[in-house]
Amino acid sequence: MNSPFLDFYIDPQRCIGCKACEAACSECDTHRGTSMIHVDSIDPGVSPQTAATVCMHCENPTCASVCPADAIKVDEYGIVHSSLKPRCIACNNCELACPFGVPKISIGLQQMQKCDMCFDRTSAGKGPMCATVCPTGALYYGTPAELAALRPEGHAINLWRFGMQEIRTRVHVMVPMGIDVLEVDVAEIGDGDATAAPPEASAQPREFL
Amino acid sequence: MARLNLPIADYVRMYGPHVSDAPVHGWEHKPPVEKLVKTHCCFCGMQCGIKLQVAQNQVVGFEPWEEFPFNEGRLCPKGVKRYMQTHHPDRLTKPLIRTTAGFREASWDEALDLVVAKVREIQAKLGQDAFAMMSGVSLSNEKSYLVGKFARLALKTANLDYNGRFCMVSAGAGNKKAFGIDRAANSWADLPEAELILIAGSNVSECFPTLTHYIWKARDRGARIIVVDPRVTPIGRTADLHLAVRPGTDSALNQAILHELIARGWVNEAFVRERCTGWDELAASVASCTPAWAETITGVPAEQICRAAKMWGEAKTSFLLHARGVEQHTKGVDNVLSLINLVLATGRIGRKGCGYGTITGQGNGQGGREHGHKCDQLPGNRDIENPAHRAHICQVWGITDEQLPHKGKTAVELFEDIHEGKIGGFLNICCNPMVSHPDMNYARAALERLPFLCVIDFFMSETARYADVVLPGSLHEEEEGTSTTAEGRVVRIRAAVSPPGEARTDTWILLELARRLGCADKFTYADNQEIFAELRRASAGGTADYAGITWERCEQEMGVFWPCPTEGHPGTPRLFEDQRSYHPDGKFHLHPTAYRLSAEPPDSAYPIYLTSGRSVFHYLSGTQTRRIKFLVDKAPGPLCEMHPQLAAQLGLVDRQLVTVETRRGALTVPLAVVETIRPDTVFVPYHWPEALAANQLTVRALDPVSKMPEFKVAACRVRAARPDEATQARTLFAELRLEAPAP
Repeated sequence: MNSPFLDFYIDPQRCIGCKACEAACSECDTHRGTSMIHVDSIDPGVSPQTAATVCMHCENPTCASVCPADAIKVDEYGIVHSSLKPRCIACNNCELACPFGVPKISIGLQQMQKCDMCFDRTSAGKGPMCATVCPTGALYYGTPAELAALRPEGHAINLWRFGMQEIRTRVHVMVPMGIDVLEVDVAEIGDGDATAAPPEASAQPREFL
Repeated sequence: MARLNLPIADYVRMYGPHVSDAPVHGWEHKPPVEKLVKTHCCFCGMQCGIKLQVAQNQVVGFEPWEEFPFNEGRLCPKGVKRYMQTHHPDRLTKPLIRTTAGFREASWDEALDLVVAKVREIQAKLGQDAFAMMSGVSLSNEKSYLVGKFARLALKTANLDYNGRFCMVSAGAGNKKAFGIDRAANSWADLPEAELILIAGSNVSECFPTLTHYIWKARDRGARIIVVDPRVTPIGRTADLHLAVRPGTDSALNQAILHELIARGWVNEAFVRERCTGWDELAASVASCTPAWAETITGVPAEQICRAAKMWGEAKTSFLLHARGVEQHTKGVDNVLSLINLVLATGRIGRKGCGYGTITGQGNGQGGREHGHKCDQLPGNRDIENPAHRAHICQVWGITDEQLPHKGKTAVELFEDIHEGKIGGFLNICCNPMVSHPDMNYARAALERLPFLCVIDFFMSETARYADVVLPGSLHEEEEGTSTTAEGRVVRIRAAVSPPGEARTDTWILLELARRLGCADKFTYADNQEIFAELRRASAGGTADYAGITWERCEQEMGVFWPCPTEGHPGTPRLFEDQRSYHPDGKFHLHPTAYRLSAEPPDSAYPIYLTSGRSVFHYLSGTQTRRIKFLVDKAPGPLCEMHPQLAAQLGLVDRQLVTVETRRGALTVPLAVVETIRPDTVFVPYHWPEALAANQLTVRALDPVSKMPEFKVAACRVRAARPDEATQARTLFAELRLEAPAP
């Protein structure tokens, strides 16, 4: 297999929340001014932990499965691309269905846009913008052997279970030893208590920005 | 009188800061890239390598420079978006002269002649030293050297100081006392070789994001990390041991750790007896500094102090890093020395994996503080009061000893002299005291009564608004030169483009002023490389010896570590390999650091500790980063971090507008309720000006040795904002996001 593409690894433990990835993504020549990556605060107010999410490039992408226009394609190297412009009807199905929250509909373009692992760069042998600039290696692009040499204690997996749905991704995530699948509970509708009383009104008036 | 003639909002509308979101040609149309210029980021002391894309004499983007050994392409968001400053609509492109209606444009001749006339008038009336200069170390080595010479020979004033006084000068003073040299003892390459990293008072991941990689590399190899910080910063989150020290008590913590090292036999006896001086006095000074004693002062449980001592004591290799968190105190030098004592007590220095260093904050914080930028210093980190040092510089500059001024005043003292009427004129370059001066309202009052102020800057900084003359200068990417990174590596800065409009390079402006001041014969440089050639000669034989460093070597070798006395010398990535210091006796000097209180500890009226710091999205006073939309969106303005316990006690909730008050001022900002801070402490980042400046609150008290202000401790109280304060805050915060008008 002569894939020009290497493997992509996310290690949230190394993420410092600087958003250099987001800044650099919008500098990519194929989608200038728009970032295709997002950085989440995991537990705001409690921990400074953050995590970046790129497209995970699923083996059987949910976004493509739910696309009524058959507009989302996976190439021979396992890269899931933005929707094909002539086919895309901007229906939002992909945006709603992706378990990682990656695809976004561009209202202006009437098309789904997402991370394509910097196809223009990686297909030419360069690293993706985000992983190249990431100051901490939270995003890493390279071979399994290179990664193993750099991070002997690292453990990369690519199997996820969202409720009943099992997903294998091209992008790997670094987890503690002993974990081989990431189980993500899916909340049942109706779990929340909508009838709970609102927090007590404060005696003093409060000002906000 | 330099009071503002217009409401601040008018200056903002005319000169910014406006936020700009697009490259100079917009996002849609990028011209074909004509060249890639290998240079460095203009921001922090890491000076990451970066390639700027240039087309039609404009910077149109960037490309990671993966071959540069320190950062291998890695960048932080400021570095990524930095290129958007170059052609920002706020750039100053014409000299400006103050009028009753703000400023009017002027020719270079008129503006420069006015400055020269004022220098002569003020000096004739009040004396040579009545015209002062303040500079900054975001300037290249060449410009820093030139400023030092310009102030002494062209302005003929003793009163030149620099903004390192507001940054890391306590580290420099501590390093000189202990080591006889002011530089990180190791290159960062020693970090991954260490089995223990102690980080004291450094928010590494926000202030030096790319250095984090080296700490993670150490961790990948099994290293453990101790972080000392009142807050759980992103680097603190991952620490094996986080010591949440009470602000202003670092030296007590370190004394207790040393006490434990001695009590448990973790001292390298041979090293402290043979290679150090002052061991017995130091050991005696911490005899009563038990962990239990330190617990009451620092708020760190004695058990954690013992654990830190055990980790430090038993380590075979280690690297100690510190930054502004321990340095910006009235006992900053003591804090630094108390950390150095831990390094020296265990003798872990000058070997592979055994390191020490302050992480210098400013772009050229290292090189800029070595070549005569400071009020008491001459090039090569020489002492302006040392006869031999003076003689060397007099010979290089072709002057007599009488022509070389002696020691001048430090930064805050200069502002005190303005208040006292001793200083009547001020030339300011690369410094923005209306953000960065402690007790900022005091600095404003000084500017308001200053008879004449000239500012050289590329944007209308908040300080420049008070100027009588504003001279449009150049950015990092508009001049050739060198800069010295925080690890002591001298790297090459390239001019990617020329300054826009009628803006000129800072060097041109200084040389032109020197010429008009009648000193052309002392400033005969054909180009910046000739300035560097003279810097090399001037530094030769000093501790910061650049004699063997050339621009060509900096490029070919991807930087050269000083000291480098000859062209055949390979440079010195690691100091002290011969186990000798740079003191004449070759010994490392230990200094007792008796604990004392901060200038303004909390009391019943102001019961909360206030500490200040930085955000990853802004650089220093924000003159550059507050203009780039990506960065402004992520960190639009200041806030006040507070623990939920304290918030509950005060009846305050997350995001509510609160007013933080000290004896000097008040600041209204949104509250951020976070569990990641000590319950007795609040934190406010400092990058914003005037009514949003954290420095309205800070205390103007100085370290007796380094004259560094105490940015890290003040006593404050916090309450819900009143409706009128909230209204004003909303207006100010809205102003921070004012978009640049369409071209």
